[in-house]
Amino acid sequence: MLGLEKKDFRLLVIVIGLTVFAPFLLNPFPVQSEMAQFNAGYPDLMQRFVIFGVFAIGFNILFGLTGYLSFGHAAFLGVGSYAAVWMFKLLSMNVLPAIFLSVIIAGLFSLIIGFISLRRSGIYFSILTLAFAQMSFALAYSVLTPITGGETGLQLALDDPRIFGASQTASGNIPVPALFGLEMRSSVEWAVGPWLFTFNAGYYLAAFFMILSFYMAIRIFRSPFGMMLRAIKSNQTRMSYTGLNARPYTLAAFVISGMYAGLAGGLMASMDPLAGAERMQWTASGEVVLMTILGGAGTLIGPVLGAGMIKYFENIFSKINSTILHEWFAFLPDGLEDIVVAMIYPFVGKGWHLTLGIMFMLVVIFLPGGLVQGGQKIAGLFSRKKVDDKDKSTASEPAE
Amino acid sequence: MGILEVKGINKRFGGLQALGDVNLSVAENTTHAIIGPNGAGKSTLLNVLVGKLIPDSGSVMFDGQSVLGRKPHEINQMGISRVFQTPEIFADLTVMENVMIPCFAKRDGAFRMHAIESIFSEKAIREQAETILADVNMLEKRDTLASSLSRGDKRRLEMAMCLVQDPKLLLLDEPTAGMARADTQNTIALLKEIREKRGITMAIIEHDMSVVFSLAERITVLAQGTPLVEDIPENIKGHPKVREAYLGEAQV
Repeated sequence: MLGLEKKDFRLLVIVIGLTVFAPFLLNPFPVQSEMAQFNAGYPDLMQRFVIFGVFAIGFNILFGLTGYLSFGHAAFLGVGSYAAVWMFKLLSMNVLPAIFLSVIIAGLFSLIIGFISLRRSGIYFSILTLAFAQMSFALAYSVLTPITGGETGLQLALDDPRIFGASQTASGNIPVPALFGLEMRSSVEWAVGPWLFTFNAGYYLAAFFMILSFYMAIRIFRSPFGMMLRAIKSNQTRMSYTGLNARPYTLAAFVISGMYAGLAGGLMASMDPLAGAERMQWTASGEVVLMTILGGAGTLIGPVLGAGMIKYFENIFSKINSTILHEWFAFLPDGLEDIVVAMIYPFVGKGWHLTLGIMFMLVVIFLPGGLVQGGQKIAGLFSRKKVDDKDKSTASEPAE
Repeated sequence: MGILEVKGINKRFGGLQALGDVNLSVAENTTHAIIGPNGAGKSTLLNVLVGKLIPDSGSVMFDGQSVLGRKPHEINQMGISRVFQTPEIFADLTVMENVMIPCFAKRDGAFRMHAIESIFSEKAIREQAETILADVNMLEKRDTLASSLSRGDKRRLEMAMCLVQDPKLLLLDEPTAGMARADTQNTIALLKEIREKRGITMAIIEHDMSVVFSLAERITVLAQGTPLVEDIPENIKGHPKVREAYLGEAQV
C-alpha cells in the first residue's frame, strides 16, 4: 500500500489514527474532574506535539541512520520560523507559501553548514554544528536585528506591506495566519456530557504535515538511500572500499533533516506568527537530541513518542504546584502531608526538569533503545508467556 | 603488459624508507602473491594500490589508467576490490543487506539519490545478491545480523561482497591471518574455487607460506621495501636470496 510493506503501512495507519483522534485521546478526563489538569487536548499543546514530532522525525533521519550527532539543529528551525514570518509580512497571510519558503531556506542553510561540518565526524562534527548554531543565535540576537528583530523577536506589524492581502483588517487589527481563509487559531468545541473536546484548524494542518513527514521518513528508511546511510553508521571503511562516496550521502541526509527542521519552524510560525532568536539556542538543539534518544534513535516511531513525552512533561508536570499537591494529599495526617508534599515538590512544577532528567537517565541506562525498546520488551514478555503456555500444553501430552 | 603495473614506487615515513623503487607487474588472469618478512613494506604497498597512501614518486597503472591521487571509492569503481586482514563488513546490517550494498555501488556508482524507491522492489539487485550468497553457501543466513556471524563466515561474507561487484582485480590482505588450521584450509579452498570459476585476477599479500604456495602462480618477495625476486613458486622455494631474507623467520 502506498509503496510500503505491510508492517510499515500498519504503523502509518496507527499514527494517522492517533493524530486524527488526538483531541479525544488526550482529553480522557471530564472538565470538572480532579484529573482534568492531566488533559493535554488543548490546541496549543497538541500543535506542539506534532510540530516537535516533525522536528524529531527529521533529526532522526540524520542521527538515527548515519549516527552523525548534530548539536545545532535548532538553527534550521529558527531560520524556518524567520522565513515564514517574513513571508507573512511581505507576501500574504496564507500559511502555504510561508511553510514552503521556510523549508527551502532551511534546506539552503543546512546545505552550507552541512558542507563545512561534514568534513569532520564524531565529536568534532557535533562541535562544529554547535558552533554554527550558536553563531546563528548570536547573529540573530544582535547584528542581524533588522532582519530578525533582535531581542524582541520578529513580529507582525500594522504597517507590513503584504502584497497579497491587507496590512490591517477592517477593524484595524493585524490579520492572523490562515489557510485560504481558514484561520489557524479557529477551533470547534464539542461537549459530550462532562467532556469537552477541541478541534483546532492549526493542529490539523500541523498534523497533516507530520503524517506526511512520517510517511516520507518511512520511505527513506526503507529505500536503498536509507540502507546506505545505515551502512555509513556501521562501517565507513568498507563503504569507501565498496566504491561508495559517503560525503554526498551524509550531506543529503543532513539537508533533508534540516528541511524537516525548517518545516517545523514554519509550522510554529504559522500557529503563532512570531519568531525569536531563542529558538536557535543550544538548549533547543539539545532538546531534539533528548527527544530522539528518549523515544529510540533509529526507530521510526521513537522520535515522535519522545517529542510527545517531553512536551507533555514540560506542559503538564510543570503546572502541578504545591497547592495542588496539598489537595492530593489532604487525606494524610497534617504533619505527614507536609512531609510528603515537601518530598514530591522538587520533582513537579518548576522542578519538572528533574523528573525528566531522572527518566532520561533510566532510559539510557536500562533501555538504550529508548521507549520503543521498552515497548518491545513488554511485547516480548507477553509473547514468551504464550510460548510457555504452548510448552506446557505439549509437555502434558504423554511421551512416546 | 599486466593489468596492474607498479613502476619505481618510493615511500618514506620520516627517516624510514618503507618502499624503495618497487616494480611489480600483475598479469591478467593470474594469482600473484607478494610475500616478505615483517616490515618488508607489504601493507604499505597495498595501501598505495588502494589509494590510502600516496607514494613520494613512481606510478601505478591499472587497466591503462593511473590510480595515484584517486580516492579509495574511485579506485574501487575502476575495478579493484579489497579484502581486509580482519573482515570489514557492515556489522549492524543483515547478511543480505551487506551484499546488496556493493550491488547498488556497482550499478549506480559512488552516489545516487534513490530515496523514494523501496529496497523490496529492487528485484534484479536482490537476485544478484541471493546468487552470490548461494555461491558462498550463506543463503540460509541471509537475515542474520552480520555482527553475529562466526569469523569464518565474516570472511566469506566479505569475499562475497567483493565478488558480487565482479572486480577486475581482487586484493587480499593476509586473508588467513589469525585463523585456525581448518579455517585456513577452507579459505584456500574458497579462493581456489573463485579463481577457477570466475577467473578473477588476484593479488595476495601473505605471511603464511603454505597459503602462498598452494595458491600463487607467481610470487614476488619483498624485503626492506625492495623486491628481491619475482618468479614461479617452484623457483622461489629454494632461492638463496629468499632464504637469506627469511633466515630465522620461517622454514622455506
